[in-house]
Amino acid sequence: MDLSKPLPTPTPTSAPFWDGLNDGVVRLQRCNACGGWIFYPRSRCSHCLSDDIEWHEVSGAATLHTFTIARQPTAPQFADEVPQILAVVELEEGVRMTSTLVRVTEKAIEIGMQLEPYFDRVADGVTLLRFAPR
Amino acid sequence: MTRTLRGKAAVAGVGQTTYYKHGQSPDAESKLALEAIVNACVDAGVSPKEIDGFASFSNDRNDGPRLAAALDCKELRYSNMFWGGGGGGTAGAIENAAAAIACGIADCVVVYRSLAQGQFGRFGRGAQVRHVSGDAAHTVPYGLMSAAQMFAMKAMRFMHDYGIRQEALRAIALASYTHAQSNPQAIMHGRPLTEEQYDASRWIVEPFRLFDCCQENDGAAAMVLVPAERAKDFAHRPCYVLGTASGGPNRSAAPVHNAPLYGSSHFTTVAKHLYRMAELTPNDVDVLQSYENFTGGVLMAMVEHGFCAAEEVNDFFVLDNLLAPDGRLPLNTSGGNLAECYMHGLGLTIEAVRQVRGTSCNQIDGAEVSMMIAGPMVTPVSSVIFGAESTL
Repeated sequence: MDLSKPLPTPTPTSAPFWDGLNDGVVRLQRCNACGGWIFYPRSRCSHCLSDDIEWHEVSGAATLHTFTIARQPTAPQFADEVPQILAVVELEEGVRMTSTLVRVTEKAIEIGMQLEPYFDRVADGVTLLRFAPR
Repeated sequence: MTRTLRGKAAVAGVGQTTYYKHGQSPDAESKLALEAIVNACVDAGVSPKEIDGFASFSNDRNDGPRLAAALDCKELRYSNMFWGGGGGGTAGAIENAAAAIACGIADCVVVYRSLAQGQFGRFGRGAQVRHVSGDAAHTVPYGLMSAAQMFAMKAMRFMHDYGIRQEALRAIALASYTHAQSNPQAIMHGRPLTEEQYDASRWIVEPFRLFDCCQENDGAAAMVLVPAERAKDFAHRPCYVLGTASGGPNRSAAPVHNAPLYGSSHFTTVAKHLYRMAELTPNDVDVLQSYENFTGGVLMAMVEHGFCAAEEVNDFFVLDNLLAPDGRLPLNTSGGNLAECYMHGLGLTIEAVRQVRGTSCNQIDGAEVSMMIAGPMVTPVSSVIFGAESTL
């Protein structure tokens, strides 16, 4: 069995996001028609369905919306990461992402805590966006 | 004219197979489905040939046309699948069956679900894939792939917002295990659970310990629905569908955990429609079956169905309140998904019918209004209220 971890495959729609991570920046789409921020990447606004949307560089500053500590791996590839600190973070722009927390002890984790992006180069040309306490 | 399903259809028969631990069924999934359907027909006293409609959920692999041919049904008039994963559609399939009957589309509709995980693989295991795109690209590479992980985070947020203690989840688990001890059909019959065993059990994914997570099982269950005017032609005390509702609030299925209302079981809108159709309130419910994929979902679903306020959860969710026959709201009275069998909620639904018939192994005296809540935290979710003739 191939025990390599699953990796994101950028599409024409999502490539600016993943390319940004490789360059150490967080990019989000924003709608020019209604001003709403959009995640995950798509071709129309999730608020007003306009196709007039544009990529913007953002700070990546976020708060911890919720988390869990997973103590059983659900796939063998992740056995080395247990306990996994899985998280849903809310960016300043209001969109949420799922990720994992790094540079944090279990005891220090608190819903609402301030986070900053951590760019994790996991493979050649592939960077995952994790979060660390700010 | 009010559009409603209230009192238009009734459950005439229920059936199930032997319940097995996952992967241990000696029979193929389609054979299990047929066996449960035939058992439901025997219970009702109708020939399987009379079935003219099939309704299932969760993308059951045994489609209506195939079953109708296997059962030699005289004709097929209705073949229906309720979209959505998990057990969110258990009551939704009943809704579709009752709707078909109410509208004259079909006269004898069977709702069913069959699972043989040895044949087809388990739910709780992450998919073994190397490359992912679309919304999954933002979850799977981070190791977020199981229902337990996703739903733990919803429960965690809800518990944080309202200061809910682990003991509330424990009470839900203990209620199921306690009731299973009177049910010889239950997988966990003869295996009682104590507070100490719960507290000492391993964490799976916080706030869920081992006993907060449902079993995975092999088996099948089925239920035959008929028009209300025929309800008295069958062997058992009639059990009427008083109300159903399904779906979810605004964008509850928004990908990558972007549902506007996050710490939720997704019943906020559904429960209102349910009570409106049934013309009842939470106070009218005598007994409740609430789908435990994970105990945290039960807790949120019961709050969203108005059985207690979120602020009252720590006081409401104590074992005595949840036990048959005298608890404030007896919960999962045959052992539920945790301790009877995980048949994607259809086992719970059959128990809801038994309570109206007066034949439960943990019978509530004089139960007339019996509710089942399906598959919290997925979208669509669904719930159903059954009632005795006195409730019509």
